[in-house]
Amino acid sequence: MPGILVVVAGEGERLTRNALEVLGGAGRLHQKLGEGLAAVALGEKAEAAAPALIAHGAETVYTVSHTLLKDYQAEVYLAALEAACAKAEPRVILLAADSMGRDVAPRLAHRLRGSMVSECIELDGDAGAKSVRAIRQSYGGKALAALAPKAFPAVVTLKLRTMEPAAPTEGRTGRTEALSVTLDAGKARTRLVDRQAEGSTGVKLEDARVVISGGRGLKGAEGFKVLEELAQVLKGAVGASRAATDAGWVSASMQVGQTGKTVAPDLYVAVGISGATQHIAGMSGAKAIVAINTDPEAPIFKLAQLGVVGDYRQVLPRLLAKCKELTSG
Amino acid sequence: MALNIVVCVKQIIDPEIPASQFKLDKANKRQLREGHNLVISAYDQNALEVALQLKEKAGGKVTALCLGEAGATSALKSALGMGADEAALLSDPAFLACDQFGVAHALAAGIKKLGAVDLVLCGCVSGDWGDLMVGPLLAEELGIGCVTFASRIEATDGALLFRRVVETGVERIEAKPPVVATVISDETNTPRYPKLRDIMAAGKKPIPVWKAADVQVDAARVGAAARRVEVDDLYVPVRESTCELIDGETAEEKADRLALRLRELKLI
Repeated sequence: MPGILVVVAGEGERLTRNALEVLGGAGRLHQKLGEGLAAVALGEKAEAAAPALIAHGAETVYTVSHTLLKDYQAEVYLAALEAACAKAEPRVILLAADSMGRDVAPRLAHRLRGSMVSECIELDGDAGAKSVRAIRQSYGGKALAALAPKAFPAVVTLKLRTMEPAAPTEGRTGRTEALSVTLDAGKARTRLVDRQAEGSTGVKLEDARVVISGGRGLKGAEGFKVLEELAQVLKGAVGASRAATDAGWVSASMQVGQTGKTVAPDLYVAVGISGATQHIAGMSGAKAIVAINTDPEAPIFKLAQLGVVGDYRQVLPRLLAKCKELTSG
Repeated sequence: MALNIVVCVKQIIDPEIPASQFKLDKANKRQLREGHNLVISAYDQNALEVALQLKEKAGGKVTALCLGEAGATSALKSALGMGADEAALLSDPAFLACDQFGVAHALAAGIKKLGAVDLVLCGCVSGDWGDLMVGPLLAEELGIGCVTFASRIEATDGALLFRRVVETGVERIEAKPPVVATVISDETNTPRYPKLRDIMAAGKKPIPVWKAADVQVDAARVGAAARRVEVDDLYVPVRESTCELIDGETAEEKADRLALRLRELKLI
């Protein structure tokens, strides 16, 4: 029965936040469209994720388990997804807009002769008109575009940290079907040689409730020290703008932005960050934004709720001391 | 090994203009040009830089390819000024009405017209629409592999080695040419400024302009009718927020007041 198909990969018994966000978006679309909601899980032992996928809303779970699916490889994953789509015949295919989703989604849409919307922040549907509406940011978030797919299946990647995650329901039942797919390593046009995890200690940036971020205004790696201390006191994580990471001041894994991490903390403090469009794309979901910058005309002040025009070298040490005082009681 | 590299660049309105100057052309569902500066989309500039560095190390040729309006030759002159050897413009009303699928189809036709290619590069995300689709779609159109979010590329013995940036860190990916890669910035690929003599030489270089009839496109795959997604609406969201600027005689006073305000708002 043509409907909605959620694609997840490498998931286990406990679903990741990204998967829960896609399931959340899928569930709400399912309520509007009234079409079936299925999931396809890829991985070495994909069936491990089936119970959790069902508990979070999937009526049917297709699993494709294969050693070749252990690490993402485009041509191999595409073959597995094409097989799953031939079985599920979805009208809408949803993926998280993570590095895998961004890589595979356009190519899947192309092979299925469907359409695609990337980085969707809001998904809507009309059961009567059988239509889907996807809203996304454009022009660095200065404008919003409401898009209507005209070709199906419509492949939609969902912007991270935007969709309300799905909540599990006790006693929900569903059907699991293991798909037997012949995968050919010879079809792979790229090869993963190795990977290097950029280890970060402490709170993970994407999950932190407080993020203290530094940009060009810090003028060097040294400037990040006081941000680290403040993050520690507030039990948060340190982020950075593209300017700071491209300059090599801090690790690229700390970059917040359209091509870095997307964060949606309760509190985001932008220090020496002007507010370039691609940075805002990565943090506009923060509940409260504080900007500290010497330039009162910096675009970040248009986005922030609280602002201090001043030099971080004077402001931050005092802010750190005062926060220590206020939070130690 | 000498590499034949094609870099796809997009010319866009400078994205860093103040928000107050950002206006929409509601009828055509895009930003109003209004005399703002035009630039090459930022990550496409990084892609050009990566191509030029590869050429310097491995030898070969860099061609800049652009799909745009007639005036986009200025972007290509910029690319030539940076050091690209050749440039070509795909310009046709049918191309301008395309969605990303049509753009990729047209660019692929342009790439095929350029001859045998080893590496096709473009930015990992476009600076205006913020789409990440054209690179992977090019790979499908050309029937070759794709590496997204590549910050560095090395030419090794008969193969290319990519440094791919992912959430958890970096991956090293190997692929044999021909292959597509979308480029992300890092400290090694800051785009170079064109040298004066290169800009002047660029001014003399002919830039072919290709219409739909000049390349092998499937008419059913380009133009407005081929669009797979319609833009129902493009609008500027109303932003309620005004920034509360913390006042104070000194920076330290502002810092104290900020901390107290954060506590008041239960943010710390």
